[in-house]
Amino acid sequence: MACRTCLWLLGTTFFTCTVRLVVEGVVGSNHSQAGGGHGSSISGIQIVTFKWHHVEAPYLIALWILVAGVSKMVVELNHNLTSVIPESALLIIIGWILGGIIYGADKMQTFTLTPTVFFFYLLPQVILDAGYFMPNKLFFSNMGAILVYAVIGTCWNAATVGLGLWGCWLGGAMGDIDIGLLQFLLFGSLIAAVDPVAVIAVFEEVHVNEVLFIMVFGESLLNDGVTVVLFNVFDAFVSLGGAEIDAVEIIKGIISFFVVAFGGSLVGIIFALLISLLTRCTKNIQIIEPGFIFILGYLSYLTAEMLSLSAILSIVFCGICCQKYINANMDERSVTTVRYVMKVLANGSETIIFVFLGISAIDPAVWVWNTGFILLTLLFIFVFRFIGVFLLTWILNKYRLVPLEFIDQVVMSYGGLRGAVAYGLVAMLDENKFKEKNLMVSTTLIVVYFTVMLQGITMKPLVTWLKVKRAAVTELTLAEKIQNRTFDHMLVAIEDISGQIGHNYMRDKWHNFEERWLCWFLMKPSARKSRDYIFNIFHQLNLKDAMSYVKEGERRGSLAFVRNETKADVDFNKKFRASFSEIMPDIMADNMGPDHVPLSSILQDIVPSVCLDMHEQDLTMRESEDFNAHHLLQQHLYRGRKQHRHRYSRSHLETNRDENEVQEIFQRTMRSRLESFKSAKMGVAPAKKIQTKHQKKDKPQKVRGEGTFSPFLHVRPHSHPLIGNVMCMLCNFMLCHF
Amino acid sequence: MGSTNSTLSKIPNVEELMQETGFTPAHIVRLYDRFEALDKEKTGHLRPQDFGAINRLAMNPIGDRIIGAFFSPGQETVDFHSFVRILAHFRPADKKHPKDPSMPEPVNSRTSKLKFAFQLYDQDKDGKISRAELLQVLRSMLEMQVTEEQLESIADRTIQEADLDKDDAISFEEFRKSLEKVNIDHKMSIRFLR
Repeated sequence: MACRTCLWLLGTTFFTCTVRLVVEGVVGSNHSQAGGGHGSSISGIQIVTFKWHHVEAPYLIALWILVAGVSKMVVELNHNLTSVIPESALLIIIGWILGGIIYGADKMQTFTLTPTVFFFYLLPQVILDAGYFMPNKLFFSNMGAILVYAVIGTCWNAATVGLGLWGCWLGGAMGDIDIGLLQFLLFGSLIAAVDPVAVIAVFEEVHVNEVLFIMVFGESLLNDGVTVVLFNVFDAFVSLGGAEIDAVEIIKGIISFFVVAFGGSLVGIIFALLISLLTRCTKNIQIIEPGFIFILGYLSYLTAEMLSLSAILSIVFCGICCQKYINANMDERSVTTVRYVMKVLANGSETIIFVFLGISAIDPAVWVWNTGFILLTLLFIFVFRFIGVFLLTWILNKYRLVPLEFIDQVVMSYGGLRGAVAYGLVAMLDENKFKEKNLMVSTTLIVVYFTVMLQGITMKPLVTWLKVKRAAVTELTLAEKIQNRTFDHMLVAIEDISGQIGHNYMRDKWHNFEERWLCWFLMKPSARKSRDYIFNIFHQLNLKDAMSYVKEGERRGSLAFVRNETKADVDFNKKFRASFSEIMPDIMADNMGPDHVPLSSILQDIVPSVCLDMHEQDLTMRESEDFNAHHLLQQHLYRGRKQHRHRYSRSHLETNRDENEVQEIFQRTMRSRLESFKSAKMGVAPAKKIQTKHQKKDKPQKVRGEGTFSPFLHVRPHSHPLIGNVMCMLCNFMLCHF
Repeated sequence: MGSTNSTLSKIPNVEELMQETGFTPAHIVRLYDRFEALDKEKTGHLRPQDFGAINRLAMNPIGDRIIGAFFSPGQETVDFHSFVRILAHFRPADKKHPKDPSMPEPVNSRTSKLKFAFQLYDQDKDGKISRAELLQVLRSMLEMQVTEEQLESIADRTIQEADLDKDDAISFEEFRKSLEKVNIDHKMSIRFLR
């Protein structure tokens, strides 16, 4: 394995080396050829010419993307390595190697991460991906805390780092550098921001609980609003000079924060509306539907940038707000396309960003070493982050329903990683105004490396270590395991019933508003209909089935047939196909549209096979003695809602196991409710519990929306076999549409 | 607050309720608002349908059991008092109250919580969790892929571990004993919003 890795690495470096040399050689020869060509007349027709300059720019771009892709491949070769060192760190190392090669060949760093390329071509897709896949409910329910961390936390970080460094400079710890308070504050503001790219890259390996993740992640996205403002304000202040700053300017600065932040979000929301409206009308051009999402997302970014508002906030909110509507409006295949392309672009961008972060370092021209400055910066960002997070959490916990634990706070502080955004901002500084720009660039690079690499590598062990200290050492008994899970489910249920978490007045109001107005406006009529369609059908089929049972009972003389316990393979197909064919036309008439699967084929698929023979069970019970009950529990217990991991992952598109689970539970609950409905209505005594084997639904479908069901009666734990099976057939049909 | 007092005055015997359950007036008001929100037909009582309207409960494997726990045997409706009493089981235990043997067991003590959990299993209220009842719960909490044989095996082993008097059923005492090490207060409490 190791030799393969080495081989690949060597291969890549040789490849790039060769390319560089070839290119250089060709460039050289082309020059001479061009020169020669000028002097003398053309000797004859050239059959083949080497037109490097013709393709130089796109070729280099494509080549670099290829190199980044190959680097990622190299990195992913060894899984043991990637589980210890996060991918981003390895990519940076590869960047160093490549940078070294290029520098060796060129004696200067021809390829660096320029701010333009970064901010316009590499960052938007990463953020769009973040916004589009954002777990909205989680995000908005923790919005308050996230905002506190993003705004107040970032301001705190910026202020403390800036002032701290300034104080130390005054104290002489940094020697003699040409810098002032404002420049320190500017530097503080750009180094203070937690970086979304780095956070995702590192947290992807470390599976923390979803609340913690959304806190750090949300903070990293929303703090752009603050960063942009602080950066621009201090930049302007530096240009104005210290003397011009008075109260007016400061007030303007504060106002600009609100304008930038809310303006950016507003731009994003407007574009989200545009996207949703557009997808509403794209029924005839489904093949290029996905393109609109990306273009409009990008436009929202650029528009906000044009208006000097927060571009990141804009594209994030664009992604967040349009998710639901475009998923409902667009064709299944378009949705899949969007999801995959989003991931490809984001992954690719991230790889390129990290590789170039590595390459940019190999450039002696930018390196200025000032021990005091660098070490103090590292110290301050680390320490003040911890202090800031703990302070804010202490205040927040007084108002939060579920307090953030100590461990979570530690991880949150430790996870405040700085990344490419800081580098991009620092590279944008004007050398004339900032004499010490190179020093700042060097420091930023070192900070980025420190956080991404060191903190990235140690994050996982830290998390494991902290948890291990608290976890129980002894193995839980079966009863405890089952009971723990029961408790989780119980708590979730009680929370739902008592309305403690989640439902509050504002949220309900928003839901109603959204259901009434927004869905009407933004969703395709057919998408809207399918949300309510189920419940109408449900009701209809319910009634029809009740009637068919009565009919069957009358035909047979009594309903005693349902109590028959001898081995009877009831062929539902034959029995009920007839009655269903009555039902079918009615449903078909209800405007099913061309893309809906006809009822009959669905019913054929899901007629369950019924085995009413109980005796067979006894024989096959307990065959394997070495059967691991614990293992089974581990595998198959339903996870409660709290444990559903909203795993935001850069590389995994989950066909959400949670959705399958939820769907399964939902089906069973509905089934049992219908069964008791049936038994209550029929007045039939429930028979002994009989095992049935149900056909598994193999293709998971998305759970669309939540609605209210028509009333249910008493829930009784006994199940009624035959009626139950018919009901579950209907249920399956119904829930196919979810 | 004015609205708190006015809402409180609508509820009969609210003092007694607060005394019994330990909820503060603010809690009671919140719960009353929730009760009214669930009680769509304004009858003053909740029926199973009203609980059924809570979407998320349908996605809970034991959601229906929990709904059932609100209804005393034979009763078809739940009034506000019973509603609050059941929810009071989930209040975090009061650490400060000294144990007063003359007073009745507070509703949110460890024993009461365990009793509530026990009743979820013991549907026929005979004081024991029989094998069949355990099977039912397991069935509802395990994925469909688990076969009946596996299920029964798990149930058998669970009973084996917990059953001390070998009667193939788990009594309340055995239940309590098997959960000695579990921090029930933590696992069975939710923070009620003020």
